[in-house]
Amino acid sequence: MTMTHETTGVLGTRMLRKEDPALLTGEARFTADLAIPGALHLAVIRSPYARARIVSVDTSAARAHAGVRAAYSGADLADLWAGPMPCAWPVTADMKNPAHLPLAVSQANYVGDGVACVIAETAEAARDAAELVDVVYEPLEAVIDLEDAVSDRVVIHDEIGTNKSYTWDLKVEEQEGDVDAAFAAATYTVKERYIQQRLIPAAMEPRAIVAVPQPFGGDMTLYSATQIPHILKVMVALTLGIPEHQMRVIAPSVGGGFGSKLNVYAEELLCVALARKHNLPVRWTETRSEGCQATIHGRGQIQDIELAADANGRLTAVRVRLIGDMGAYLQLVTPGVPLLGAFLYAGVYELPKAYDFSCTSVFTNMTPTDAYRGAGRPEATYAIERAMDSLAATIGIDPLELRRRNFIPTDKYPYEAFTGLVYDSGNHDGAATLAAELVGYDAIRAQQKTQNVDGAKRRLGIGVSTYFEMCGLAPSRVLASLNYGAGGWEAATVRVLPTNKIQVVTGASPHGQGHETAWSMIVADKLGVAPEDVDVLHSDTAISPLGLDTYGSRSLAVGGVAIAMACDKVIDKAREIAAHQLEANPDDLEFAGGAFTVAGSPDRSMPLAAIAFEAFTAHNLPDGLEPNLEAHTTYDPPNFSWPFGTHMCVVEVDVETGEIEVLKYVAVDDCGNQVNPLIVDGQVHGGIIQGLAQALFEEAVFDSDGNLRTSTLADYLVPAASDVPSIVTGHTVTPSPTNQLGVKGVGEAGTIASTPAVINAVVDALSGLGVRNMPMPASPNTVWSVINAAQGGSQ
Amino acid sequence: MEISITINGKAVSADVEPRTLLVQFIRETAGLTGTNIGCDTSSCGACSIHLDGEAVKSCTILAAQADGGSVTTIEGLASADGTLHPMQQAFMENHGLQCGYCTPGMVMAATSLLNDIPNPSEEDVRIGLEGNLCRCTGYHNIVQAVLACANK
Repeated sequence: MTMTHETTGVLGTRMLRKEDPALLTGEARFTADLAIPGALHLAVIRSPYARARIVSVDTSAARAHAGVRAAYSGADLADLWAGPMPCAWPVTADMKNPAHLPLAVSQANYVGDGVACVIAETAEAARDAAELVDVVYEPLEAVIDLEDAVSDRVVIHDEIGTNKSYTWDLKVEEQEGDVDAAFAAATYTVKERYIQQRLIPAAMEPRAIVAVPQPFGGDMTLYSATQIPHILKVMVALTLGIPEHQMRVIAPSVGGGFGSKLNVYAEELLCVALARKHNLPVRWTETRSEGCQATIHGRGQIQDIELAADANGRLTAVRVRLIGDMGAYLQLVTPGVPLLGAFLYAGVYELPKAYDFSCTSVFTNMTPTDAYRGAGRPEATYAIERAMDSLAATIGIDPLELRRRNFIPTDKYPYEAFTGLVYDSGNHDGAATLAAELVGYDAIRAQQKTQNVDGAKRRLGIGVSTYFEMCGLAPSRVLASLNYGAGGWEAATVRVLPTNKIQVVTGASPHGQGHETAWSMIVADKLGVAPEDVDVLHSDTAISPLGLDTYGSRSLAVGGVAIAMACDKVIDKAREIAAHQLEANPDDLEFAGGAFTVAGSPDRSMPLAAIAFEAFTAHNLPDGLEPNLEAHTTYDPPNFSWPFGTHMCVVEVDVETGEIEVLKYVAVDDCGNQVNPLIVDGQVHGGIIQGLAQALFEEAVFDSDGNLRTSTLADYLVPAASDVPSIVTGHTVTPSPTNQLGVKGVGEAGTIASTPAVINAVVDALSGLGVRNMPMPASPNTVWSVINAAQGGSQ
Repeated sequence: MEISITINGKAVSADVEPRTLLVQFIRETAGLTGTNIGCDTSSCGACSIHLDGEAVKSCTILAAQADGGSVTTIEGLASADGTLHPMQQAFMENHGLQCGYCTPGMVMAATSLLNDIPNPSEEDVRIGLEGNLCRCTGYHNIVQAVLACANK
């Protein structure tokens, strides 16, 4: 069954973005740009200790400072919270979740944990006064190492008695004992440990918040640089005991998120609570250093993966043991991140029902972790793709050949995987073949033979990674089975105004993805109007009351499909009006090019513009039909979507300095039908560089006392243009059969695929020197040390 | 202290604290919020503007140091009739922006780059923009935009 949408007209073109002029001219307003007269400025006093008992907090000097309205300790505000900060994903019934308040009351648990706050008439006064708050701490031993955390040698949160938040298992066997039997019978096995270092998302726009009360009108408006205005509205209402219908959340222009703005943060709750308490607007804008410490981090896992394979190199079993680093507290979806990867540790390969996954997640005295671009899926893909290279080396065959032997064959799609999930469509060999062609795979293998000789200073390597993205989050019933606290639907309204201009309301909440452009293209294609006649409204819960927001590459595959479905409903209603006016049978009307025409009678036609006006005046509508031409849809996807592809990276490694040069990067991504290839390529480029940054540059480094040593952009190496390569993009197109647009999603593909492609290339380059593994980030010093160790420390 | 800075052709005078940064003066005193702040270490370049014709990070200098100077911000780049500057147009045509937060600074840095090197190589562009960070685009299309603008 295919329901592939025929791409006509604007759909599938490289239409320039509607968002751009406002962003290019400074007209766009980010949250910190909003002029709110009379707003007080919040400053948060943060713990300088990773773990410390709060002995006392003296705010008297701060309160006496000029311009200061109030200063509070955590204890002062404890009564304001109707509940602790929310975690929406209790992954197991017995998951431990220590109470987390916007300001700590008795114990601070990471460097950056808020312990007190000041509100003042200016940001400068607030910050100056913050320096005057006298907090007496009793420093306690901090837990930084994950295995140390597992041991419970030091328990961070007394009230839960352990550092282990949960253990979550996914064991899939046809018959009990299949995994052990497969390993016992395997011709080849590999066992590897990989470390997913912590990363700082570093969206370019720091978080910013303004809470504006209307003490007489009753409502509270929260402006926030958030990805999730709808979820935030519900959570703020619950946490502060504000009636939900009196909360309005607006996300103005939002400067990137990558998961870091997919959360409910202490400062959001503080601003709303204090705005309510003082009946004045309260605002806060994060400094970058605060952001590095107190906005969520990503990754943070120890991965032990074992593969079993038969004599042909075909996988027969996979065993995975994870330790997940939750950080000091559980944020919104912190515990669920490793689970999102749990289904992907067999990559795009056929695996019998012989899979054994277990994840134990622990608290540490570091910044809380949560979803960061890819969320669990980059980690899983890294592990399987690195382990496949290890398996290829063990067998002694080319890594690309090993992958081809294991690919799920195209003719087996839709493919029911070992987990029971059904992969919608795929053509892995097609993507790999195109990537190999674009990169010149055989030529590079040939060149390696001449270049990587004994004594060679610069060694050439090529790395391959193949992936599934698993996006379109998500079928609500599947989320229920994972104990997720919400659904996965998306809402859309399409409204044809009397003058035939179109208003679209979406529950997705873009922050760089170009939804205004893409949604306009979908509507233009469906309704036969010009994209510039479509206006997309979003990110304001008063305008778009229903929605589940933007994360997990869900917006197009769920929200975009909802737009198309709402258009279908508009067309259905318009058909009734047209049939009535044309005195024809609705079934005899054809809709094309924005007009209904009676089949076989081209002169009997009625354009949508005329129908919209008829619907508006309601002078002559069919009996019982409501006026106005609009439709609403809430779409719950029947399945995840499964974008896939192959990336290949070519590097040269200087064995004397450890420096890595990326010579070429080829990405072949198949995200199904493309609404706008310009935007697709942009998503791929950005994702690849973010993943490459994990491979080569970035790490949130904590010392043994829990101090973040990379707390500014001078210390944390977000790559610049001069650090990274150009990218060659190619695409295959395998439409998804589960939605009418045939789309899948592409927001995280680059990040998922690139990290292993880069490290595989580096290890490949150095394989002749005995190098089998490479810690991330592969800085020159690390690379040199690994080479030196592989050479027996001779260098 | 009393200072006066010409911003986008218009004199803006104010009494400011000595510690006031130029970026604060632009955003808060002149009310031009197109210039963004992305860090506190002069690393990201989101606040890049032109001061007396040269691209500078407006967080690295005090407003007082720019007293009497002439500043161009992103708001001053497009023509009064609404026509985008060729660099703005090139960014749009090459999809050189996504979230748009780094974009004003990136565009200001890029125009300054082409003043210095009218026909840059790809490497010139990459090195020339190394003081401006972008998290969305992976730089590929920014580089393409600058090269396209240079070749117009």
